[in-house]
Amino acid sequence: MSLNFNTPLFEIIRDKNKCIQCKVCVRQCANEVHWYSSYENIVNSDNNKCVNCHRCVILCPTKAITIRKHRLEFRNNSNWTSNAIKEIQKQADTGGVLLSSMGNPNKLPIYWDKILLNASQVTNPSIDPLREPMETKVMIGRKPDKLKFNKQGDLITDMPPQIELNVPIMFSAMSYGSISKNAHEALARAATKLGICYNTGEGGLNKDFYKYGKNTIVQVASGRFGVYKDYLNAGVGIEIKIGQGAKPGIGGHLPGKKVGADVSVTRMIPIGSDAISPAPHHDIYSIEDLRQLIFALKETTNYSKPIFVKIAAVHNAAAIASGIVRAGADVVVVDGFRGGTGAAPTRVRDNVGIPIEFALASIDQRLREEGIRNSASLVISGSIRNSSDIVKAIALGADAVYIGSAALIAMGCHMCRSCSTGKCNWGIATQQYDLVKRLNPDIMYKRLVNLISAWNHEIQEMLGGMGINAVDSLRGNKLMLRGIDLNETELRILGIKYVGE
Amino acid sequence: MKKIYSFEDKCLGCKLCEVYCKTARSKSKNIIKANKEENIDSAIIVEKTNKDTHFALQCRHCTDAKCIKACISGAIFKDEIGIVRYDKEKCVSCLSCVLVCPFGAVRKSDFNSTVTKCDLCFSTGKPLCVSNCPNDAIKFLDEKEIDDRMEIVK
Repeated sequence: MSLNFNTPLFEIIRDKNKCIQCKVCVRQCANEVHWYSSYENIVNSDNNKCVNCHRCVILCPTKAITIRKHRLEFRNNSNWTSNAIKEIQKQADTGGVLLSSMGNPNKLPIYWDKILLNASQVTNPSIDPLREPMETKVMIGRKPDKLKFNKQGDLITDMPPQIELNVPIMFSAMSYGSISKNAHEALARAATKLGICYNTGEGGLNKDFYKYGKNTIVQVASGRFGVYKDYLNAGVGIEIKIGQGAKPGIGGHLPGKKVGADVSVTRMIPIGSDAISPAPHHDIYSIEDLRQLIFALKETTNYSKPIFVKIAAVHNAAAIASGIVRAGADVVVVDGFRGGTGAAPTRVRDNVGIPIEFALASIDQRLREEGIRNSASLVISGSIRNSSDIVKAIALGADAVYIGSAALIAMGCHMCRSCSTGKCNWGIATQQYDLVKRLNPDIMYKRLVNLISAWNHEIQEMLGGMGINAVDSLRGNKLMLRGIDLNETELRILGIKYVGE
Repeated sequence: MKKIYSFEDKCLGCKLCEVYCKTARSKSKNIIKANKEENIDSAIIVEKTNKDTHFALQCRHCTDAKCIKACISGAIFKDEIGIVRYDKEKCVSCLSCVLVCPFGAVRKSDFNSTVTKCDLCFSTGKPLCVSNCPNDAIKFLDEKEIDDRMEIVK
């Protein structure tokens, strides 16, 4: 049958005066959009296949290529939007669940943008971070209820294990399998250089990367891929992943075609087999069950590493977080509904979960009310886009943030949201050797270092402006925040005042 | 002396180096004119061994260069820095250099009776293939630097 309702989303415009027929675009497009006609000596393109990843645009030496939104329109309709129509056509064509990649792109409020920061004027001095000390180091882990000192003033309380971060930022869990080995290497090397941590994700840890252990957090998820004693002891922390913001309540599925020899060894599954992470951990059906796993991991690592528990931001997140802390977790990680992913069912990604700003504020408040806020650090993630998002998150109560999408963008991701095809033209979300090569870790780790260093400078500037000289002094300091364009319920949950108050 | 080194583990086979080599060797130095209007050969050639492996090949500027010995008209010579250079005016198109080059880095022009070889962009000292490689697969390194690199690989 040749009837195909698919119409192109993008239009490739090639400036004939500039095109030199070098065919770089032809060679570089994994989606085979461009093709050369020797008969006419011109390069043509097939708009239907284009995902708008900009690989050809960036590499074209004469900048002859432009990609635009395709001009083809459906008749205007605010209810039956072109997206709604196209999704139905796609499902009528395939009979399958719609899959999407990266975070929720829908037009829902971004509360970071409705929160404004304070600055010092006259009555208290602002601080210039270039001339005065400014501390951005944070310690992640359980803090004791009391500190005891001997007569000499030395600390005699046994400190639970802590992770030291030079900047309150970590690279979030992205598994080897969902992203390439080169991408992992860039993240690992950048984390080492910066004195922060990256997270292995649930796909195990490649043998080549054990040497970055001091800056690694290893993840244990429902599929338990690549989990064994050496793996658990390889990093400085262990994260139990219960859920992720992009797809709360849903497991994962790495298609067999991405499970090559190396991924197979790392994940400890046969080559070519689908790696399916169940929706729940089959041994966790209660807080008590979670406690068993937390302590099993603590036993395995001789109580030397903080245990993280990561959940998606859902309606009852505050109560769940309280349970997690009581179960013995040292760090609670909450992933908001804008969090990215390699692939998620579209309906789940776009409709399940709550904004991270509210989850964070309510969890912090709940833990404080229950007197257990010191028992765990609070790390948040789910579309942290810049340094001011981080400053606002810390003022709302977070100890540190995870960044995923932002790190990928630094490494070349152009947010074409086609990760699930496995043909990432930037060498990130692919296992195809010729594509993986495109991500040169020597170049990309420096770009990651640049990004975090730049954000660190900006965080220091903003802290200094508020007259604060340490990240620790900003944590939970909601007086530094004011809301704009928010209603009273929103202000109450966030625990902040309205601008002008 | 600095030479151009290629790294096949990084080379994507995009052939941008060829585009820029032609530009560097053109009269106009304009990328569009050089590639569209002027008939120029690239002195760097991306060799493909299989779907995934590419290697950008160019003159090694040998210490004891066979092409210089073979040249019957003195068109190929070593300059004071050590760059093996080629003088088109003196060339008599005997192609002896093409025959003796152990790397296949001296090639007959597709457009005329001369030969093409890399001169390391000696006039600027900054080879365009190196500065325009999108994946750092072509580097301009001292022999010492490359020795250190090889040590790491070993």
